[in-house]
Amino acid sequence: MKPDWTHGKVEMQHGGGGRAMTLLIESLFLAAFANETLSERNDQAVLPPPSGRLVVATDSHVVSPLFFPGGDIGSLAVHGTLNDLALAGARPQYLTAAFILEEGFALADLRRIVTSMATAARDAGVSIVTGDTKVVERGKADGVFITTTAIGEMLDAQVRGVASICAGDKILLSGTLGDHGMAVLSCREGLQFESPLVSDSQSLHDLIACMVAKVPQIHCMRDPTRGGVAAVLNEIASQRGVGIRLNEAAIPMTPAVQGACELFGLDPLFVANEGKLLAFCPPAQAELLLTVMRQHPQGAQAAIVGEVLAQAPGQVSMITPLGGERRVDWLSGDPLPRIC
Amino acid sequence: MNYLDEFRDGNLGKQLLDKIHAAVQPKKQYRFMEFCGGHTHALFRNGIPALLPAEVTMVHGPGCPVCVLPMARIDMAIELARLPDVILCSYGDMLRVPGARGTSLLKARAEGADVRMVYAISDALALARKLPARQVVFFAIGFETTTPPTALALLEARAASLQNFTVFCNHVLTPPAMAAILGGLEVEAPPLHGLVGPAHVSAVIGTEPYLPIARDWRIPIVVAGFEVLDVLQAILQLIHQVNEGRAEVENEYTRAVVPAGNLKAQQVMAEVFTLRERFEWRGLGWIPHSAMQIRSAFAPWDAEQRFDVKPVPGKENPACDCPAVLRGAKSPLDCKLFGHPCTPDNPIGACMVSSEGACAAHYRYQT
Amino acid sequence: MCLAIPVKVEALLPAQRARVTLHGVQREVSVALLDEVAVGDYVILHVGYALQKLDEEEARQTLALFAREASR
Repeated sequence: MKPDWTHGKVEMQHGGGGRAMTLLIESLFLAAFANETLSERNDQAVLPPPSGRLVVATDSHVVSPLFFPGGDIGSLAVHGTLNDLALAGARPQYLTAAFILEEGFALADLRRIVTSMATAARDAGVSIVTGDTKVVERGKADGVFITTTAIGEMLDAQVRGVASICAGDKILLSGTLGDHGMAVLSCREGLQFESPLVSDSQSLHDLIACMVAKVPQIHCMRDPTRGGVAAVLNEIASQRGVGIRLNEAAIPMTPAVQGACELFGLDPLFVANEGKLLAFCPPAQAELLLTVMRQHPQGAQAAIVGEVLAQAPGQVSMITPLGGERRVDWLSGDPLPRIC
Repeated sequence: MNYLDEFRDGNLGKQLLDKIHAAVQPKKQYRFMEFCGGHTHALFRNGIPALLPAEVTMVHGPGCPVCVLPMARIDMAIELARLPDVILCSYGDMLRVPGARGTSLLKARAEGADVRMVYAISDALALARKLPARQVVFFAIGFETTTPPTALALLEARAASLQNFTVFCNHVLTPPAMAAILGGLEVEAPPLHGLVGPAHVSAVIGTEPYLPIARDWRIPIVVAGFEVLDVLQAILQLIHQVNEGRAEVENEYTRAVVPAGNLKAQQVMAEVFTLRERFEWRGLGWIPHSAMQIRSAFAPWDAEQRFDVKPVPGKENPACDCPAVLRGAKSPLDCKLFGHPCTPDNPIGACMVSSEGACAAHYRYQT
Repeated sequence: MCLAIPVKVEALLPAQRARVTLHGVQREVSVALLDEVAVGDYVILHVGYALQKLDEEEARQTLALFAREASR
């Protein structure tokens, strides 16, 4: 029997290995992700060897609510993992996807999510070549969890990573801060507010390819997801044993993110982003890199936001508009709205 | 004008700082306390402490309701949350605060208690209406600013005869704590020369309640907004008062504060609350007439009367210097526990609990 | 303490509520603690309740005071 896409729910039999599971896979996943490798219906994908070094990244995706302005868990599961891979300076080619579904989850929502995943992958020029589906009893998951793995190859011979960062490096941010986290917050139960906020969830591989092609000297790229810019910079400062100083006035932010952060007492430096990157590059190439980034639509609002210092190893600080300096610490726990 | 950007202008701020430098008299000491965490936050977030002249010392006061709530009251809230059928609602700030046994509302939630964060007390009322079979308890904290909304909610609960909504009241008062800081504490500390008075507490109570404090303790008080230019202007006005030997109550925050305050808010508070004989402040001890209690006319909506939860006195770490820090006798850096083991992730004392506490602000923002 | 933010009243709603905005972010809040409030007013918002109306003339005077102090 064909799944009922209007009123149907995920049932235990959809993961049971029987006919219902096959029907769901055929009519949903295979149809949406349609590609040659997947249509061979094997439990694995056999792929041609890459010409450059092979790069792999994996990520599990959970988000509440599952749908938010500017995206959903499906598009997020594609963008998040592709970005992790691309930030090494790699070109993503393939994705795998594993779904954990909760019994009782609406099939209509599942179809929406899978369709949005397929669109996100197609837009990024990447095929979803193998996958898996499991169903757990009601109450044992939150609708749907998606784990994706991205596979791709390096675009050049450069080594990039935290170990390459040195004192003097400039830090560039590809666009406005906090859009994803605040968009998700705007539809979270109990906090709902209306706003023009839209998640920045997007795949950055094209921007990254342009950056790497024109400025191969980039030392390191990271995406400020959970814990925001503060978390990434603190991690790098302590891992690499360097100091980092930001310039508050240079950090781009939309008025809506600013407004929502004011209302709920949140620091935008702690808020998650899903379509922005931080690039560390030698000072001599910083202006060129900024120009390259600004020429790309995904980097139109890019800015040089800080620099790496030899002094104060392990510390991140920020110059304030009044000329003062303050520390930028890690976030403790979840960012909770506060009243005082 | 949006009342935010204008009061954060970097150039005006730099000019006010220059003026502060020019106004201090050499070798004179200016020890000022900003009573409120909001001012502490504005100072540290903008990196102001290092920009002030050496003669000016800012002492961080106890004006953070999360910090000064004794552990015993947090334990009571956790106990309430664990009662069958109870949904405990509170503001986001309270969820992480540890009680006496190291547990917190978030940990209680992980263990199965139904704890929910709300943005407004009206959301808790709405929840009670939606789930009549559950008991919704609102864990109310805050100074005079946060008390009027709680009063309105209690009036509404009574008018609607809501059977499943109660308030666990922990509202505290600013002027008695100010007076305690100035004279009632058993901590040796150098004298204070001025107070930066509360912004939004004053929007509710006005500036008149500070008159006896300024008079009795011969201390200048400048009520100021929470934006960075407001704080700098207040510091400048305090310096002028000290230089001129005045001890007056001045109002820098006239755009939101009138001398008599918000009379309507005061009236709803008076209708619903009465003074407690005394209340314990974490770090300051027991202060007479320093907190609010729900009037007996509202007893059915008072969680302390509805449920059988008794305070179990918590034991503070004896090495913790919070009382001295709150009095301005010590800097957070003087405390042996500061940074190790006491951090925002593992707060031992009151001042590290909320991001507005003196120690937490030092830890987070001081380079 | 007492995080409270200036917001603009966009619309008055029944039951002493109002729709307010800050930088395009909108929320419904209570104005029950204010004697009178009109569309276009700025109010100080704390935990979902407007605590006090903001006085534009006073705000201008304070800003003028900053500028005066700054150049004195």
